[in-house]
Amino acid sequence: MGQRRQVRVGTQWMYADDAYKSLKEAQRVLKEEQHHEDAHKQPWIRRYVFSTDHKWIGVQYGFTALCFLLFGFGLMLLMRLQLGWPGQAFSVMKVLGETRAPGGILLPEAYNQLGAMHGTIMVFLAIVPLAVGAFGNYVVPLQIGAPDMAFPKLNMISYWCFLPGGLIMLGSFALPNGTANSGWTSYPPLSVIATNGQTFWLVGMIFLITSSLLGSVNFIVTIIQLRAKGLTFMRLPFFVWAQLVTSFLLLLAFPPLEAAGVLQLMDRVAGTSFFMPSGLVVSGQVLHNAGGGNPVLWQHLFWFLAHPEVYVLILPAMGIVAEVIANNTRKPLWGYRSMVFAVVFLGFMSFVVWAHHMFLTGMGTLISAFFQTTTMIISIPSVIVLSALFISLWGASIRFTTPMLFALAFLPMFGIGGLTGLPLGLASADLHLHDTYYVIGHFHYVVAPGTIFAMFAGIYYWFPKVCGRKLNEFWGKVHFWGSIIFINGIFFPMFAQGLAGVSRRLYDGGIQYAHAKWIAEATNPYMSISAFGLLLFQVPFIVNFFWNAGAAALGHKTVGDNHWDATTLDWAATTSPPLGHGNFVVLPVVHRGPYEYNNPDYSAADFLPQHVDVSGTAPITGGGGLHAQVAAAPEA
Amino acid sequence: MDAHTPADAHAAAHHDFEIPYNVHPRPDTGLYNAKLGIWLFLASEVMLFGALFSSYILLRISAPVWPRGWTFLSVGMATTNTFILIGSSVTVVLAWANLRLGNLKMARVFLGITLACAFAFLVIKGFEYHHEFEEGRSPATNNFMALYFTLTGLHGLHVIGGIVVFLYLTTVGSKMYATEPERYTNRIEVAGLYWHFVDLVWIFLFPTLYLL
Amino acid sequence: MTEHIAEPVVAHDSHNDPESIKREIRKYLYVFGALAFLTVLTVYLCFGLKMPVHTAILIALVVASVKGFLVAGFFMHLLSEKKLIYGVLILTVFFFAVLMWGPWHHWADMLGKR
Repeated sequence: MGQRRQVRVGTQWMYADDAYKSLKEAQRVLKEEQHHEDAHKQPWIRRYVFSTDHKWIGVQYGFTALCFLLFGFGLMLLMRLQLGWPGQAFSVMKVLGETRAPGGILLPEAYNQLGAMHGTIMVFLAIVPLAVGAFGNYVVPLQIGAPDMAFPKLNMISYWCFLPGGLIMLGSFALPNGTANSGWTSYPPLSVIATNGQTFWLVGMIFLITSSLLGSVNFIVTIIQLRAKGLTFMRLPFFVWAQLVTSFLLLLAFPPLEAAGVLQLMDRVAGTSFFMPSGLVVSGQVLHNAGGGNPVLWQHLFWFLAHPEVYVLILPAMGIVAEVIANNTRKPLWGYRSMVFAVVFLGFMSFVVWAHHMFLTGMGTLISAFFQTTTMIISIPSVIVLSALFISLWGASIRFTTPMLFALAFLPMFGIGGLTGLPLGLASADLHLHDTYYVIGHFHYVVAPGTIFAMFAGIYYWFPKVCGRKLNEFWGKVHFWGSIIFINGIFFPMFAQGLAGVSRRLYDGGIQYAHAKWIAEATNPYMSISAFGLLLFQVPFIVNFFWNAGAAALGHKTVGDNHWDATTLDWAATTSPPLGHGNFVVLPVVHRGPYEYNNPDYSAADFLPQHVDVSGTAPITGGGGLHAQVAAAPEA
Repeated sequence: MDAHTPADAHAAAHHDFEIPYNVHPRPDTGLYNAKLGIWLFLASEVMLFGALFSSYILLRISAPVWPRGWTFLSVGMATTNTFILIGSSVTVVLAWANLRLGNLKMARVFLGITLACAFAFLVIKGFEYHHEFEEGRSPATNNFMALYFTLTGLHGLHVIGGIVVFLYLTTVGSKMYATEPERYTNRIEVAGLYWHFVDLVWIFLFPTLYLL
Repeated sequence: MTEHIAEPVVAHDSHNDPESIKREIRKYLYVFGALAFLTVLTVYLCFGLKMPVHTAILIALVVASVKGFLVAGFFMHLLSEKKLIYGVLILTVFFFAVLMWGPWHHWADMLGKR
């Protein structure tokens, strides 16, 4: 075992003759890949429009979802203008047209449209497509060492069901009688007697649900069947576990809403009375329908989905935060096994808590007690995951990169969101808090400074992998600090408003009610100012993002393959960006768990990637796709 | 794995780009991808029809009166349809068995019978619907009719979906048997599983709507 | 198509030899016979004999479950399927049961008289 000469290649040390071999192999593979690309040149429409490559589909989902996120944000800004200064004329309101905002003053009916569509767009067109469609699609196959998803064509169809669904939703704004205005919850009888926009909403939902169902089948089969050799379930990155559970939720919980959507469509279009009770009188006129329907039936079917849906919104976020925290603490996650069991248990329990959204429908004591109990139980796994993430910070060597800032902020923000859910889950407290701003504060904390911050963390974290460039750190930090301050400015006062009895979905923010006027006037203007502050601080992000994405598209790479010195396969075993076709020249073989940072038995670097083979005499080259594969050649 | 010749290198480079377990099962799960995929899809369909059955239960028990199925509907036509659908289930599984025996010709005969049964089912359904409209009944008449039309309508859409898939597999799609027989056999198996599910739903739908 | 060295070697399991398949075919035909009989039975009992509703529900549910079991167990060969599929289906059946129960119990347990 003589000393062989070592040379420095980038940030790694390698034995000289191995460095030469690596270089020759890299050149051979690049030539091979070029030949392969040329031989399989796809027409533009196949490559960029109807792509079956999970990475490009992920980019499609991501870009589309971010556009919808911005649009939903815009709707919120219009709402907050009205809430902060009710009845005041704003020239920007004129964009809604004369019927909705005559003279720039928002009408109450129009406010309802904004509210319903803000919620629908944010949940179904922005967050889920971003968290699952974008991050899930792009990262999961890379993290499990697969060449693509199990069903690439199905993946393409999923995106192309999502986009038309989204466009139908958007298109409904152009209808003469306006878009859907019965809340994102679309409760009958109101939603059944509502205008055409509601029909568009229902049809759009059917497209979106179909897209999610097809996607969830793809994810589950991919994760179970396409894991690389040696990648057992307990060696999966937590992000993959989160996506697996999320997919089961989408698979089994969405169909009842699809059924309900069909039933509501029948009520609206075919004159049925699934949800229409007998003897309804609308505007003084008796409705001529068969009656005998049950509005609460809709609520059951809707919430049977919509409760698991909120876990669909949070689980990928937890997954991203876990990845970023492990990477930036340079140590393994504390309690990985507990987190996995917790998240599986959470998924299971999410199917038996839905009626805590229905405590005020006249539920009897027995059934109330049942749902209250299951709701309290489901808080336990959330606490386990959050605690494990907090404890993971103990004794860590924290790198305060932009993704880490967002991931760290997620923890207390999700904590607030989760804790404020507890009184809502208790039937007696919920009697007072249901349908107040307390609820709005609760769920926005979990989704906005919760999930959306985790999405930002994910964007800053994976941008170098997708583009081969990193986002600017300074502007990233500006984005972060502005966002966290102003987002709390919007949502924190909502708890006080709710406790004081300000109902939700009031177009004037509560000033019409004597009991609520004082707090509405005291808080709403400042919350609205915060909303515009939040808008201001998204500008650096948008510019940062497009500037660097554009430069990357023009081929200006600035970072190496494993920019964050990470251990998971997506970073350590692929190039940045990954190979266009099939991800891996040689599929990696996994030898260890996902977070071997600062392993005491390994001193060459502070991270040991999952797939690197340390048992042979081949030197450890760490990071970078091709080099490590060459070094690990004996296993192939 | 050393690449000695350009052809070897090309083949070797190709291998890891292809999606594994498309045709042959993965050892630890014992399944090929599409088999797991279709069962997951069928699980979601169980939830879809489950929601509809749950709606039926709630609407029926909360109604002061509810007609017996034969009051409005033809038990004879529906029983015939039940036999037709069960028959088509047998023929599709016989088609699959014949493919495994290497007999494409018999398989196509059985697939043809399956398709014929599926069409017959829809035709009889058409007569049933027509009869209801003639008697002046529609989904808007009462909740019994609403549920009848919606449940059988959705089931019928699933039958149409199955017809489209089997039409493709029996005609254009069958060319695959010449080059990749195992993959084609798997496709018939997977389509067959979907078709059995359609039959399964009808097995519950038929008594619910017509006999209770 | 060139054969690759790393192509997984598939063991031809005992389910795929001609004799087993012919036995399977016989099973399918017996199952068809049972299904036909059960169909006639349920129509005769519920409709032919005009059973009262509650009895009819019981008979129909039991017969349908048996028929369903036969279709799922033999035609869909669930009885010889892998554990993973079973697991997914058991989970699904549990949630299906929850969905059946929920709306009904809510209605049954409502505050005040209906």
